Amino acid sequence: MIHRPLLPRFGCLLAALAVAFPACLAAPSTAIADARSPEEMGLQIALQAQERGGGFGDFTARQTMILRNRQGQESQRDVRMEVLEVDGDGCKTMFVFDQPRDVKGTAFLVHAHPHDSDDQRLYLPALKRLKRISSSNRSGSFMGSEFAYEDMTNQDVEKFTYKYLRDETCGDLTCSVTERAPVGKRSRCSRQVVWHDRDELRIWKVEYYDRKNAHLKTLTISDYQLYLDRYWFAGRMDMVNHLTGKSTVLNCSDYEFRTGLDDSDFTQTSLRRAR
Amino acid sequence: MSARAFLRSAVWAAACSCIALTAREAQAESDFAYEEVSGRIGIETRVYPESALYPGQASHSSGVVLHPKLYLEDADGKSVTVAPFFRFDSADPRRTKADIREAFVLLFGEAGNNEWELRVGIDQVFWGVAESRHLVDIINQVDLIENPNEEIKLGQPMAHLTWSGDWGVLELFGLSFHRPRTFPGAGGRLRAGFIIDDENVTYESGADERHLDLAVRYTHSFGLVDVGLSAFDGTNREPTICLPTTLGGAFTQHYEQIRQFGLDSQITVDAWLLKLEAIRRTGFQNLFCQSEEDYSAFVVGGEYAFYSVWDSPADLSLLAEWNYDERGEQATNVFQNDIFLGARYALNDVQSTDFTLGLLEDIDFGTRTLSLEFNRRLTDNWALNVEATAFLKISEADFLQRDLKNDSFVGANLSYNY
Repeated sequence: MIHRPLLPRFGCLLAALAVAFPACLAAPSTAIADARSPEEMGLQIALQAQERGGGFGDFTARQTMILRNRQGQESQRDVRMEVLEVDGDGCKTMFVFDQPRDVKGTAFLVHAHPHDSDDQRLYLPALKRLKRISSSNRSGSFMGSEFAYEDMTNQDVEKFTYKYLRDETCGDLTCSVTERAPVGKRSRCSRQVVWHDRDELRIWKVEYYDRKNAHLKTLTISDYQLYLDRYWFAGRMDMVNHLTGKSTVLNCSDYEFRTGLDDSDFTQTSLRRAR
Repeated sequence: MSARAFLRSAVWAAACSCIALTAREAQAESDFAYEEVSGRIGIETRVYPESALYPGQASHSSGVVLHPKLYLEDADGKSVTVAPFFRFDSADPRRTKADIREAFVLLFGEAGNNEWELRVGIDQVFWGVAESRHLVDIINQVDLIENPNEEIKLGQPMAHLTWSGDWGVLELFGLSFHRPRTFPGAGGRLRAGFIIDDENVTYESGADERHLDLAVRYTHSFGLVDVGLSAFDGTNREPTICLPTTLGGAFTQHYEQIRQFGLDSQITVDAWLLKLEAIRRTGFQNLFCQSEEDYSAFVVGGEYAFYSVWDSPADLSLLAEWNYDERGEQATNVFQNDIFLGARYALNDVQSTDFTLGLLEDIDFGTRTLSLEFNRRLTDNWALNVEATAFLKISEADFLQRDLKNDSFVGANLSYNY
């Protein structure tokens, strides 16, 4: 009597997205001018990075994920995405799946609220069914990939505590290394170490540690490009799971900004129209 | 497949091809900005381990399913979708069939702060929130012969207008060319002891299947609460099965004019989904064409998800729903007073492996049905689905289900998605 109301973990994709490009802003925040303690310095970096990312308006992009297991077997995920900043209330994102083909046309709509839990809806084309789904799932894997939902939600500055560790060279740049720990208890990760370059505050690397302080995963971000003379968006993200030997490469391409998207492109009706 | 049924299928298929061709031609003229062919090819088999109750019923069936989909879109976003469905079945000629699941033109636009959308043609529409049963959902006929779980539907000709804004979503439907429900033939399992006539369908309306049915639905979100209100006035989707008027005559399907008001709501809090669907239906006869009886029915329940269970990426969801129908033992379906308990275990691995288990317990009759489902993607294109339904306990007093007592089955379905 029950069909397959599968609830794939699409949220994680959003995760990958937000790690690489800045979260939509809740409200403009001001940098702390006289940060002295390591905690204040860490928070200052996070706030400045967030502030630099806001104001892009809207964009569309394509994402391709290559999932690899320990034996090197590969599987591919293709997704189209549309993102819209909402004045004072986070952002709306729509994902439409092209690959694997059994979930083709499945569409996922997220309204990420900065201070509230997210509003998530899923459209299942085989049943023509629109479902509102729970957004309390944070650590799950997206469609078997190494990206997780919490990678996204933790971009809201308030959802972490921070600590500045040190400055060090990263490639040709100098990076500030900070540690952040999620405020919530649901996360499987107890802390993350983040490398921001000092010039543009782009994230280049994130190391994830679990509660037992074991090194769980490493995310490396590369191929940054400047858009609209202001926004640095990543072209490639590599997430490696050190415990399982699995890895996921996420390639983002075809970025288009200020395409004229508005609220009417992120409704339940437009979700159902996705193809 | 009888001659008439075949003719009907052929007409459907021809109409479908015609629309596809027209669409292609239109494309040649006006240059559709986007064209896509996708779909599914499936190989299926079902085995019934217990011996059949009635002569002629098969112990297994195999089949092939074709479900292609053509999508064309022009530069303004106007689109045409055509999705025919074909099945060949080795055991029951009635299950060898063609249908048009979708064949519609879609237009949409903005008017001030509001948005409109119009779909004209054959389409499918889903209403509701519950899992064990889709109570308020009434636009499409159930393709029962496909699967007894009532999840699969026939295409329905309609005009469907949607108007939406900050105030919610309002949808209007004009529906005609009623589709009779599909029932197994003599060779098929999962049927009653008698065969339901699928040709001499009768209607209360003088316009027969061409009666214009109307429906309206309003949905809106209030924070954590989603609400849907619906009304339907027209030809019932659920047939009244009438006893033969002559000795040895056929059991016929009769479709009455009904009015149904529906409410569906879901509250989404943390990992909880709390669900309610309720209807009030007037103008429908109760079991075996006795007397018309207005009634209410509801399904209420919820779902709770445990994420990342046992230190793994897997999720476990538990479901419970209570189905109730005011008519009690006079109800025309099996959900008159039934508890549904379910569990879904999703591994969240590369293959999207999941297991689902459901138990439906009839409180009045003691009938107990267990269903199991397994899904796994084998490659990026191939997927496997295995489902089993076991009629664990069926009371002789449970008239609607007692003929199914030997029809427990296991089915496997290998699909190529392109």
